[in-house]
Amino acid sequence: MALVFDIGIVSLLIAIGAWMIMARDTLVAVIIFVVYGLLMSIAWVRLSAVDVALTEAAIGSGITGMLLLSAAARLRQTEGAGARPSFPVCVAAGSLCALISAGLAGVVLLPADVAPTLAPLAVANLADTGLENPVAGVLFAYRALDTLLEKVVLLLALLGVWSLGSDRAWGGAPALGAYVPPNDILVFFAQVLPPIGIVFAAYMTWTGASHPGGAFQGGTVLAVMWLLVMMAGVARAPPISSTKVRWLLVAGPALFLAVGFLGFVIAAGFLAYPVDYAKALIVLIEIALALSIGVTLALLAAGPPERTLQP
Amino acid sequence: MSGLLHAFTILAVSAGVVFFIAGTVGLVRFPDVPTRLHALTKADNVGLGLVVLGLLPYTGGLLGALKLVSVWLLTLLSGAIVTQLIARAVR
Repeated sequence: MALVFDIGIVSLLIAIGAWMIMARDTLVAVIIFVVYGLLMSIAWVRLSAVDVALTEAAIGSGITGMLLLSAAARLRQTEGAGARPSFPVCVAAGSLCALISAGLAGVVLLPADVAPTLAPLAVANLADTGLENPVAGVLFAYRALDTLLEKVVLLLALLGVWSLGSDRAWGGAPALGAYVPPNDILVFFAQVLPPIGIVFAAYMTWTGASHPGGAFQGGTVLAVMWLLVMMAGVARAPPISSTKVRWLLVAGPALFLAVGFLGFVIAAGFLAYPVDYAKALIVLIEIALALSIGVTLALLAAGPPERTLQP
Repeated sequence: MSGLLHAFTILAVSAGVVFFIAGTVGLVRFPDVPTRLHALTKADNVGLGLVVLGLLPYTGGLLGALKLVSVWLLTLLSGAIVTQLIARAVR
């Protein structure tokens, strides 16, 4: 019975993937991409990778879908105007894609006899971190440097988006959403949902130490709540020159880095934790990261500054 | 007792699935957006509600049951509002 379900999911994924590539209209392709992400997260649950499933649903489908939707909306005017790529370009792109697909298929179909894995070691030493969720252990203890750099990359991406704004609008606010009348149903939604969402985000961040969840998923929920509030016009998007916003953006990575350097003094080295306080320090970092990730992702989706600062 | 619970679950979930199928048929067959939305909301609200009701005996405690019920309530809220927004966008 489970096999029937799995085969069904996989065939749906392949069919929807093909449909996404075939779709002519960018907006349609993006909507199919969101559906694809949600199905993908069900596939991750079937593989018992609940952490990955949550991330796929929240980031792969949710925030990325929204980024792509706004990109598609901005491309609307230019679409159809450009000339079709020439025949040699089509052939080159097609053969390169086929090469990559063949390579991936080869890796999957002809695996090494014993797959290299560090999973038993990771689980055996998990008790030293005080965490119960092995994924959190990998993210914040074994591979903490990767996680730290990931957060810095997010900030760099935001700087990239901001730099797309015009000189006149620099320091201004992103223009998000159309005019919404004050008694609109979207306003009601933006007033009712965020309290629930904030509690949910806090729970997800907190529970990440011992169950699936964590700073990234919690931060994404925070980001979406803030985006809803901004789109409904309940609160305006802040100007990007706001000192408060900039502090919130760097708070998470800065705290992570500070604890990392503290590791030289109180533990074995950079990004090492003393055994007695490992869990407390990791949870502290996760809370700060969730806030920073929430603000970063929301501002990424809000787009470059377009409204000039009021003098 | 457990046999009775099983029967209850099978009954409720099957009834929920019937609503999902009816909603999907409506989505495919109905002629315009408002009627299609009408069909979809039946699947979301009643169908999911019945599935949640059927699964309640297996949540293993009050907390798990509360989580399932809040999933349903949140779907009701977002479903109702998103349906309104879509209907207004196509009007």
